[in-house]
Amino acid sequence: MPSDTETRATVGFFATCLVDLFRPSVGFAAARLIERAGYRVVVPRAQSCCGQPGYNSGDRDAARRAARRAVAVFEGFEHVVAPSGSCAAMFVHHFPDLLSDDAGWEGRARALAGKTCELVDFLARVAGWRPEAAPPAAGSITYHDSCAGLRELGIREQPRALIAAAGAPELREMEGPDICCGFGGTFCVKYPAISEAMADKKIDAIEATGADTVVGGDLGCLLHIEGRLSRRGSAVGTSHVAELLAAGSGDGMGGD
Amino acid sequence: MHADSARFPDNVTAARRDPMLLGALQRLQRDARAGRAEVIARLPEFEALRDAAREIRNGALANLAANLERFEENVIANGGAVHWCRDAAEAGAAVTRICREAGARTVAKGKSMVSEEIALNAALLGAGFDVVETDLGEYVLQLRDETPSHIVIPAIHLTKDQFAETFRDAHDALPEDRSLEEARAITDEARGALRDVFLRADVGITGANFLIAETGSVVIVTNEGNGDLAQSLPRTHIVVTGIEKALGTVEEALTLVRVLARSATGQEISAYTTFATGARRADDAAGPEAFHVVLVDNGRSDLLGGPKREILRCIRCGACQTVCPVYGAVGGHAYGAVYAGPVGSVLTPALSGLETAKHLPEASSFCGACEAVCPVRIPLPRLLRLWRQDAFQAHLGPTALRWGLFAWSALTAWPGAYRAAGAIGGRVLRLLAMGRPRLARLPFAGKWTGGRDLPVPEGGTFVGQWHRRRGK
Ligand code: SF4
Repeated sequence: MPSDTETRATVGFFATCLVDLFRPSVGFAAARLIERAGYRVVVPRAQSCCGQPGYNSGDRDAARRAARRAVAVFEGFEHVVAPSGSCAAMFVHHFPDLLSDDAGWEGRARALAGKTCELVDFLARVAGWRPEAAPPAAGSITYHDSCAGLRELGIREQPRALIAAAGAPELREMEGPDICCGFGGTFCVKYPAISEAMADKKIDAIEATGADTVVGGDLGCLLHIEGRLSRRGSAVGTSHVAELLAAGSGDGMGGD
Repeated sequence: MHADSARFPDNVTAARRDPMLLGALQRLQRDARAGRAEVIARLPEFEALRDAAREIRNGALANLAANLERFEENVIANGGAVHWCRDAAEAGAAVTRICREAGARTVAKGKSMVSEEIALNAALLGAGFDVVETDLGEYVLQLRDETPSHIVIPAIHLTKDQFAETFRDAHDALPEDRSLEEARAITDEARGALRDVFLRADVGITGANFLIAETGSVVIVTNEGNGDLAQSLPRTHIVVTGIEKALGTVEEALTLVRVLARSATGQEISAYTTFATGARRADDAAGPEAFHVVLVDNGRSDLLGGPKREILRCIRCGACQTVCPVYGAVGGHAYGAVYAGPVGSVLTPALSGLETAKHLPEASSFCGACEAVCPVRIPLPRLLRLWRQDAFQAHLGPTALRWGLFAWSALTAWPGAYRAAGAIGGRVLRLLAMGRPRLARLPFAGKWTGGRDLPVPEGGTFVGQWHRRRGK
C-alpha cells in the first residue's frame, strides 16, 4: 500500500448521479475510505451520468454519448472508483460494448474498463485494505447484494470481508440476499406494481432477520427499499456500505 | 387474463389480485431455489458443463443447415418422413394432412411447446379430430381450456385442489365419494382416463428436446412416461418441433441432458430420456408403423441471421422463468404469450411482432438472475435490451419517456447545468418535505409515490460540496 503523499496513486472518483444529487454524504464517506486505503482522490467536475437511463431504455445513441464523455473525463486516472455496482458495470462491461464499432474509442473504453472498480471491490481486492476493528456498534445489519454488482462484477464476499474486519455490527444474512429488490432504474416506475411486489419480498426477508439496518452498495436499491420500508411503517433503517465502514473507520473528517 | 401480450400491463394488475396464483408462485420459487442449490452442490463440474453445453449449442447452430439435411436423410433411411414448414399455418396443415391420411379419429398428445406455438390443438379440433393431451398438467389445462404458464411445469399456476375440482367437473364416471386429497389419487384418476385414450389413439404427437443428425433420432426428456406411450402405441407418430433443435451427435445430446434436467426441475436426470429412431422395423417389439417429423421454422431462420441469434441456443429448461422475480410476481399467463418469462420476452417479439409484444422486453429489472441460471448461458438481459433498442428506434414507447430521455441526455452534456438542475430539484423536494426525511406524495411522481415514500435529497450536490470544501 503506498504510504507517502508523493507516491500515492490517484483515484478518479465517479460519484454517480444518485450520490451526487441525493446523498452527498455517501460520496464523502466513500472518498474518505479510499483515502484511508492510501490513495489520493480526485473528483472531476466534468463528470455527469454513466448513461444507464438511456442505455436501458433503448436509446443507444444517448448512451454512447454518455460513454464517450465518461471515457474522456476518466481515462487519465490510474484507478477509477464508483460507489455503485451498476454504474461501475457500465464502465467495466457496457462502455466497451457501446463503443465497440467506434475505432477511435473502443480501445480507450477498454483501457478505462480495465481500471474501473466498484468501491468495496476496490478497497477489498485492489487496495487490499481492511478497516481497523471498531468498538462493537449496537444493533445488527443485514446485507442486500445489488444485482449488477453481484452478477456483473462478482461482488459478494468483498463487503462481507470488510464488515467482518470492522468487527461489528453483527451481520445476519437474509434469505435470498441476491434476489432483486425491484428497483431496476426506470423499471420501478414503468411497472410499479411488480416493483413493489419485489420490494415486499425483499423486505419480508429483511424483517425476518430481525436486523436493525439493511446495508447495500447501490444507492438506487437502498432508496427504493427505504421508500417501501417507510411506506410499510417499518422501523428498519438503510445504509450505504460506505457510510457503515467510514463510521467505524477512524476520524470521519477526511473529506471535510 | 388475456392471451395477448399487448394487454400485459392490465394482466399484471389482475395477477396481483389472485392469491392462489401468488401462493403457487412463491412455493415454486422457494422450492426451486433450494432444489437447484442441492443438485448443483453435488456436481462440482456443473459450471464447466454449462460452458460445454453452450459450445455444443453454438456449434449446432453454426452447422444447422447441414445437421438438418443429415437428420432428414437418416429419418428417411429409417422409414420416416420429414415435413418442412415455414410457419404455424403450414405446420398445422401438415399435421392435419398426416392425421387425415392415417385415417385417424383420436390423437394422443405428449407435451410440446411448439404445438402450442402453432396452435395445433385448435387446428386439429377444427378438422374434426379428437385431440387429448396426455401430460398430467397439460391434460388438466385442456379440460379447463387454459394454456401452459410455464415451459416445463405447465399447470404451475394451479393448486392440487384445482386439479381435483377439474376432474370432478369433467369426469362423469368419477364416484362422488372418491377422495382426491392425495396427489397420488389425482394422478391415478388422470391415468385411468388417459389409458383409454392411448389405446384408442390412431396418432401420437410429441415434441422433441433434441434431433440427432448422425442417427435421425428424436430425443424426448420427460417425467411421466406419457410421451413414450404417445410415441409407441399409436400406429402413427408425429414429432412437431422447431428447426433449431438439431444436434450433430448422440454424445452432444447426452451432455445437454445433464444440464437440462438439473436446470429444469433440479433432478439429476429426468425419469425418461427416450430416443426414437424411425418407424418400427420388422423385428421391433413395439413402435409406430409411420414416423413423421414436422420441422417448424416460424421466425427461427430470421433470428439465426440476426443479432439475437443466441436465443436459439435455448433448450427450453424453463429455469429462467422459475428464477425470474418478475415471473414470480405475475405468473406466466400475464405475458399473454406461449413462452413466458425472460426467454419468452426475447422470443415473443420475434414470433408475434414487436408492436404487440413491446411491453415484454420492458418487463425486466435487468437483475440478471435468468442469465445466471441459463444452462447454455444465453445473455437474456442483453437480448432484451436489443429489443428495447429496436422499440426505441421504431418509436414504440411512450412519448413522455422519449422527451424525458432527450432532456436528460442534453443536460448531462453540461455537467454544471445538470448538477444545478438537480440541486434545484432537490431544494424543491426539501421545501415540500418541510423537514421530513421522505415525501409520501408528490405531483407527477405517482408511479413512485403510489407505493413508496420518496426519500428527500440531503441538499446540495456531492461534486459541488467537495470542490467547495477542498478549495479546488
Ligand atoms: S433461455 Fe436458458 S434458462 Fe431460459 S429456458 Fe432457455 S435454456 Fe432454459
